[in-house]
Amino acid sequence: MKIDSSMVLWGQTLAYTAYALAIIAVVGWFAHRITRDGEGRGVTSAIFYSFAGFLVVCGVSLHIITYNTIPWAPLDLKRATITPDRTFAITVAQHRFTLPAPKLHAACGEKVLFNVTSEDLTYGFGLFRQDNSMLFQMQVVPGHVNDILWVFDRPGTYTIRSTEYSGPAGIGMIERNAVEITCADGAAN
Amino acid sequence: MSMLETLVAGERGLFKPATLTPMQKMTLRFVVVGLVYYGFAVIEGMLMRAFQVTPLPFVSHEQYFAILTAHPLVGIFGSTYSIVFGAFLFLVPYLMKKPLWSVRLGNWTCALIGGGTFVFWAAGFLTHYAPLYTLYWPLPADFTQFSVVGGTVFILGIALVMIGTAFFVVNVYMTIGYTPAGWDRQPTGALIASALGLSGLRNLLTGRKTEHLVSLPVAAIARGTVDTALNAGVILFTGVLILVYMVAALFGVSLKQTAVDALLYKNWFWWGLDLVADGLVLIFVAGTWYLLATLITGKKLYMENVARAALFVELVVSWTVWSHHLLSDQAQPGILKVASGEMVTAFELITQGLAFFITLVTLWSARPLKMTFPLRFLLGGLLGFALAVPAGIMQADIGLNRILHNTQWVVGPHVHVAVLVGLTMTLYSAIYLLFPILTNGVQLYSEKLARFHFWAQLLGGIGMGAFMGMAGLQGMLRRTIYSSGEFMPYMVLAGLSGLLLLLGFLAFFYNIVMSLGLKGVVGIFVPAASDTKELVPAAN
Repeated sequence: MKIDSSMVLWGQTLAYTAYALAIIAVVGWFAHRITRDGEGRGVTSAIFYSFAGFLVVCGVSLHIITYNTIPWAPLDLKRATITPDRTFAITVAQHRFTLPAPKLHAACGEKVLFNVTSEDLTYGFGLFRQDNSMLFQMQVVPGHVNDILWVFDRPGTYTIRSTEYSGPAGIGMIERNAVEITCADGAAN
Repeated sequence: MSMLETLVAGERGLFKPATLTPMQKMTLRFVVVGLVYYGFAVIEGMLMRAFQVTPLPFVSHEQYFAILTAHPLVGIFGSTYSIVFGAFLFLVPYLMKKPLWSVRLGNWTCALIGGGTFVFWAAGFLTHYAPLYTLYWPLPADFTQFSVVGGTVFILGIALVMIGTAFFVVNVYMTIGYTPAGWDRQPTGALIASALGLSGLRNLLTGRKTEHLVSLPVAAIARGTVDTALNAGVILFTGVLILVYMVAALFGVSLKQTAVDALLYKNWFWWGLDLVADGLVLIFVAGTWYLLATLITGKKLYMENVARAALFVELVVSWTVWSHHLLSDQAQPGILKVASGEMVTAFELITQGLAFFITLVTLWSARPLKMTFPLRFLLGGLLGFALAVPAGIMQADIGLNRILHNTQWVVGPHVHVAVLVGLTMTLYSAIYLLFPILTNGVQLYSEKLARFHFWAQLLGGIGMGAFMGMAGLQGMLRRTIYSSGEFMPYMVLAGLSGLLLLLGFLAFFYNIVMSLGLKGVVGIFVPAASDTKELVPAAN
């Protein structure tokens, strides 16, 4: 099964919605019960420390699970040691992206490095699908290397958009359909 | 009494501002200033919500981003700082059973925060200075987009707020440690050490059981105040740096912007900002929960020593947590992303989760409880953080941050639910609890309005956060303008939720004005008739 950002976001939506409904129900139940007659029995320290342990497990396991299931997480941390199959050098200045070609082409399965340099302000760099959902983004900080390594696993045409506020002039920083990915077994959608 | 008479004289004419002590007047001034600025923030928020649905003819893009810049600063400094500082300047002496070190300094704090907020708000409104609160270098010094004069006045306004904040810090620590006239000499060092948690740490390391000299809520206030002071220092330093560029520009000199490293600046700024967002807020809120739970139940706090230790851990966490804001900065070292951005941040789930648990168990131990307004709003505040903290933990993950950073998810389910439901409902709980104490027994004009306020704040806050979050998961960015109706259904629903928040606030504001009367509200700002150092009149 190929895991992409839309699948991860659906998973997150389901998990967080279930959690939110559960915690609202718990607090609602508590608010109801606390006004009712009954003995206010204490909670043992064993329960308290078990709850503390549960929180520790939740906090740490989230990162372990995502690192081992979301493909771009380890790729991102190890990108300095990985040789890309294709590199796109992009510059940004005065609220405009300058691309190496009008349309950036790459193939499914290639390790593609987007290396974005800012000549003035802090910007963002993100790829978005046709339905405006996000594939990925990164910050573009002037004076530093801003690179992201990405492996596209399906065909598609993506829009580049600045994902960081750089003043009112920055809202038009959109390069529509600037990235096209094709796969050997299918055309771009 | 007719409605008009009540509007002028307050509910049954019970509020007599001439009978208030200087301490009561000072605290009520903070509350009034805080509520007025909360109104500012709500109206600004509604303007932006409406703009996201349909462009407003009287709001240009420049004006929109000026509002976006002022909105969180007015909300945090003008409103929350005012209410929190006022409440704590009253509660620290109340809990320590000694007078406030300086009521005059307290009034100066109120004036500087209220005045400073107005100055930076007006600068933004008139000149559209809009680098946002994040101030990513070199945007605040980009004078091709922003007015130098406007920016200079804006920064001066922020500086006034920070000076007021420094006065608050001094007043809190002096009150904890000083010896009032005519009292036996107080153990200043031991009191401060206890407030900061050093004596508790020594107990832990040596196995001794030295008694805590200050109560847990005072310890929470003192520890949160450490972060307040550090944050004020960071913001003042940053403001001076920006001012150097502005003053040079005013004299026609263009300083080299690359002299400041943008990534270092970003680390520095987020380190300072997280002292508020992840330190001060969580520590102050946990301390306020503990105080409210013990005052509502009359019972001792469950697991008090663990609660003290958790507050200390939270303080250390707040100094080392900032890197979760830089998970999408590719030049940020990976070790900082994992250690500070992910792992230390996860501690916030633990410390806040324990505070949630401890507060609920303390309340449970006293059942059956009457569902008073302080209890109702306290439960709302607990729910708010129970929703918002896990949302924040999710985005503080290297894998998930790649698709959540700068989306509406961050500012919806995390920021707005934390602030509007978690923080604000906790503050409302304290206001409803302190209201009769600060007004010498004035009753609320309408309980129906207070109930509506509760449900509007709870449902409006959660609803707005939820719909913003859904849009964020679909790819909607924060800090930009969509003009083709891309996320319209979510924005309409978020706007309706925001409208509910506005109606809730108006109901609350009307209720308070009708309770005190217009003459009473004006009377709060008239100097007190007596110069007593007592918190409340002796007859009470």
